[in-house]
Amino acid sequence: MIIDMESRKNNIKEGLDNIVTINACKLCTPLGACIAFKGIQGCMTILHGSQGCATYIRRYLISHYREPIDIASSSFDENAAIFGGGANLVKSISNVRRQYNPEVLAIATSCLSETIGDDIEMIVKGIESEEKIPIIPVSTASYRGTHREGFYAALLASVKSLAEKKDESSHINIISGMLSPEDIRYLKAIAGEFSDFVLLPDYSETLDSGSWGEYEKIAEGGTAIEDIRSMGSAAGTIELGGSCGLVSTAGKYLEEKFEVPLKNISLPVGLRGSDLLINSLSKLSGKEIPESIKKERLRLLDAYADAHKYLFGVKAIVYGEEDLAVALSSFLSELGISIVLCASGSNTGSFKEEVEKSIIDFDESVTHIAEGVDFEKIDEIAAELEAEIVIGNSKGYKLASKFGIPLIRTGFPIHDRFGGQRIQHVGYKGAMMLLDNIVNAVLETQQKNSSVIYNYM
Amino acid sequence: MTNNKENINSAEVKKELLKQYPPKVARKRDKQIVLIKSKNEKTEEIQANVRTIPGIITQRGCCYAGCKGVVLGPTRDIVNLTHGPIGCGFYSWLTRRNQTMPDGPDDENYMTYCFSTDMQEEEIIFGGEKKLKKAIEEIHELLNPKAIGIFSTCPVGLIGDDVHAVAREMSEKTGINIFGFSCEGYKGVSQSSGHHIANNQLFKHIVGLDDTVKGSSKYRINLLGEYNIGGDAFELDRIFKALDIDLVSTFSGNSSYDQFANSHTADLNLVMCHRSINYLADMMKIKFGIPWFKINFIGAEATAKSLRKIGKYFGDADFRKKIEDFIKKEMEEVEKVRVEMEAKCRGRLAMIFVGGSRAHHYQELFKELGMETVGAGYEFAHRDDYEGRRVLPNIQADADSRNIEELTIEKDPGRYNPRITDEKMKMLESEGLTFSEYEGMMQEMTNGSWAIDDISQYETEKMIELYKPAVFCAGIKEKYIVQKMGIPMKQLHSYDYGGPYAGFNGAINFYREIDRMINTEIWKHIEAPWKKRPELHAKYVFAS
Ligand code: SF4
Ligand code: SF4
Repeated sequence: MIIDMESRKNNIKEGLDNIVTINACKLCTPLGACIAFKGIQGCMTILHGSQGCATYIRRYLISHYREPIDIASSSFDENAAIFGGGANLVKSISNVRRQYNPEVLAIATSCLSETIGDDIEMIVKGIESEEKIPIIPVSTASYRGTHREGFYAALLASVKSLAEKKDESSHINIISGMLSPEDIRYLKAIAGEFSDFVLLPDYSETLDSGSWGEYEKIAEGGTAIEDIRSMGSAAGTIELGGSCGLVSTAGKYLEEKFEVPLKNISLPVGLRGSDLLINSLSKLSGKEIPESIKKERLRLLDAYADAHKYLFGVKAIVYGEEDLAVALSSFLSELGISIVLCASGSNTGSFKEEVEKSIIDFDESVTHIAEGVDFEKIDEIAAELEAEIVIGNSKGYKLASKFGIPLIRTGFPIHDRFGGQRIQHVGYKGAMMLLDNIVNAVLETQQKNSSVIYNYM
Repeated sequence: MTNNKENINSAEVKKELLKQYPPKVARKRDKQIVLIKSKNEKTEEIQANVRTIPGIITQRGCCYAGCKGVVLGPTRDIVNLTHGPIGCGFYSWLTRRNQTMPDGPDDENYMTYCFSTDMQEEEIIFGGEKKLKKAIEEIHELLNPKAIGIFSTCPVGLIGDDVHAVAREMSEKTGINIFGFSCEGYKGVSQSSGHHIANNQLFKHIVGLDDTVKGSSKYRINLLGEYNIGGDAFELDRIFKALDIDLVSTFSGNSSYDQFANSHTADLNLVMCHRSINYLADMMKIKFGIPWFKINFIGAEATAKSLRKIGKYFGDADFRKKIEDFIKKEMEEVEKVRVEMEAKCRGRLAMIFVGGSRAHHYQELFKELGMETVGAGYEFAHRDDYEGRRVLPNIQADADSRNIEELTIEKDPGRYNPRITDEKMKMLESEGLTFSEYEGMMQEMTNGSWAIDDISQYETEKMIELYKPAVFCAGIKEKYIVQKMGIPMKQLHSYDYGGPYAGFNGAINFYREIDRMINTEIWKHIEAPWKKRPELHAKYVFAS
């Protein structure tokens, strides 16, 4: 049964709307932190709270990435819940060290330890010298923010704990947003064309590795601690995403504390986004743009021209973390797709402005922008919009199936399709791949809905 | 290649498993790892249902997961409202692959929905009762369901919201049956505590609300502890229908509120997953006089055996003959496939570390394939699930179990009705049909195998390294670790993407799948042809 909330909505009394969250369009804060910490070499994460959160988050991450993911917990019992979990945390640190021998430990809080008011920075300070490895504490209460905020908070905490100013260096920092391992691989390849670089967080291997044969306690790969240390001395930082509503980010911190110049750009999805990335890389490195990249760009433009006739005016719904929703909107509008709804589950206050900026010839009579909404609300707004495609993570499947239109899966989580970790969103190549998928989905729908058996379109 | 169990020195196995732990941890784990001895030797007791050590990675979930996710998760017409921040509800949103089949297209089905109060900082500071009430009001206006369950997550316990008072107040206001579950994640040591809380509240608030005796069959049963993963319940339904058995209710696969309300009118309770539901079985016995016994529908032989038990209980010769004929017919197809698959699987080793009953039940299927389960253990079971209910009087309650409410149940003055006489019960018992009993998993394991409770990630790796089993069964959290080691892995929480595995057709599915998994070519290609092969050995790096 699909509940027709629409007709039921009429019964709702004034002022009652949207108290209960029905089918959320966001995940919880420490999950994002756990993804980011997977991008640090030799890092193990401990979630400070009851073990349920760690178990749930592991399960959710594993079903998307299809890789082993270990997250420890300080396993609160009722006493710890009442009197504080400091002792549990210390115990868990020592046990994790024995079993995993990590190079660095990350400690993220859960709602429980935050509600109690455990001060993990204090606890960590008290034991760090004894433990002789760096420990990165980060506060990630889920009643404040979403998985996206957790992701950026973890990056900020990492540079705060590790980055230093040493001898000036010519390398570039690239601070990535919540992208796929495939995206990270691509970013590394592109950046390598221009300059020495440090990319944080690099989970391109740890969250999408080959067959091991031998078991590794902590998957190989990730940004090396030395490299994170050196971020304070870099020639400049390119930071992707994080522009919506974040008071501070890793990039801003490096700029304020170590005077590393910052170029913040949105996630480089689509032509303009990719141009901005390539340009920034070229400028910061002082190097010419290689022929191969120029060719990739031209190939994308060529595809835009070819695709235009299929996509122009096609109505789309986009949703997801702010950064991705903004970047995708920018890309879709380049294709002539008409974005009828752009939605996000988190509530930062600046989403609307960012989306408006990103869409070419933004027209508020065409594009609805909704922030802090759940899928029930998205569904309600979408009712009148006659959308033809939906673009976002797996959780929009119900919406797409209700309207009988295709869902192009992007972002996180993807647990009803194979290969979510290998979807490329960024760069000319990522745009090309998304473009192929979108055009083909539109064609497939036309083919399916046509009484003539077209096989030449 | 699978190692031969006989070649492995069991004393060494335990040493290996414990070697890297600090002394205190090793002492504790020592009691949770037990070697099964031959029938005339005494197997040691196992320690279970004790708290996981902080920092040791466990596969266990929390109390909330057991309550909202496991027991109430498969209910379709109760609105399950998570009271807490967003994650807890989101992660338990249809992740267990439970299936349900409403009677008609217009019947309520909220299973694909995830309701949460999505607490924000303001509620953490000033309390969440107000928002909770409003959320309920909204659900009432929007959906007007038969019932609403409120599930407390960790922060709720701390800030002191009284979900039960809110439930009472809102029940009166809306006329909906509303009840709360104090299943904060930190209660108890695993999801097990949540099962208990769920059982209590279902019993208090729904069971017994509707006395109408429905249906026309003489054989009226409840199935307890079956959750319809991968469509298991549909296969069991097929079997019950063929035998003219009326399934009054299932707790809680493919269930409905009305079934729960009516469940006390059944004449027999069949207990499938003892761990998660034995409380309800006991309470229904005391209050309404419904006897229960343990059955197992995983494995073709086990299914046949369970059906025969039902036949014996209801007693009449026609019914028993019908059951025998049915089994005979079903077994023809089963045997054809089984023989073919056994030829390809016989002699290989399996390991099962999962749940609170599956690690036992699935050994049956492997036995039918000629495979031995050389290591098995539960994630959240208690000693009685390992060693049988006879150890119940010897289990000491600790702080973690004491904080879960034990309901005091009495005979219902009007509705208590012992379904069979004491004499009949004695007679059946003397014929081997034991009531209110569960023998436990260890009883059925072979000499030299291991029972390991709450196995840790580290021990998992060690066990695989030592025994190189042909297949390892667990959940998704272990899946990719095991596969990275080159061992096929079967998920027995959500069945990967397959199922059903219950009943006769389920057994056929399982045989085929195991054959496909353990005899696939893929694993042979892990080694690239251009690489010289150093001995495959997992390496463990430890700081001392
Ligand atoms: S308590 Fe907070 S951190 Fe834990 S699962 Fe729930 S929302 Fe996430
Ligand atoms: S916060 Fe508590 S209830 Fe929620 S997932 Fe974590 S342990 Fe479970």
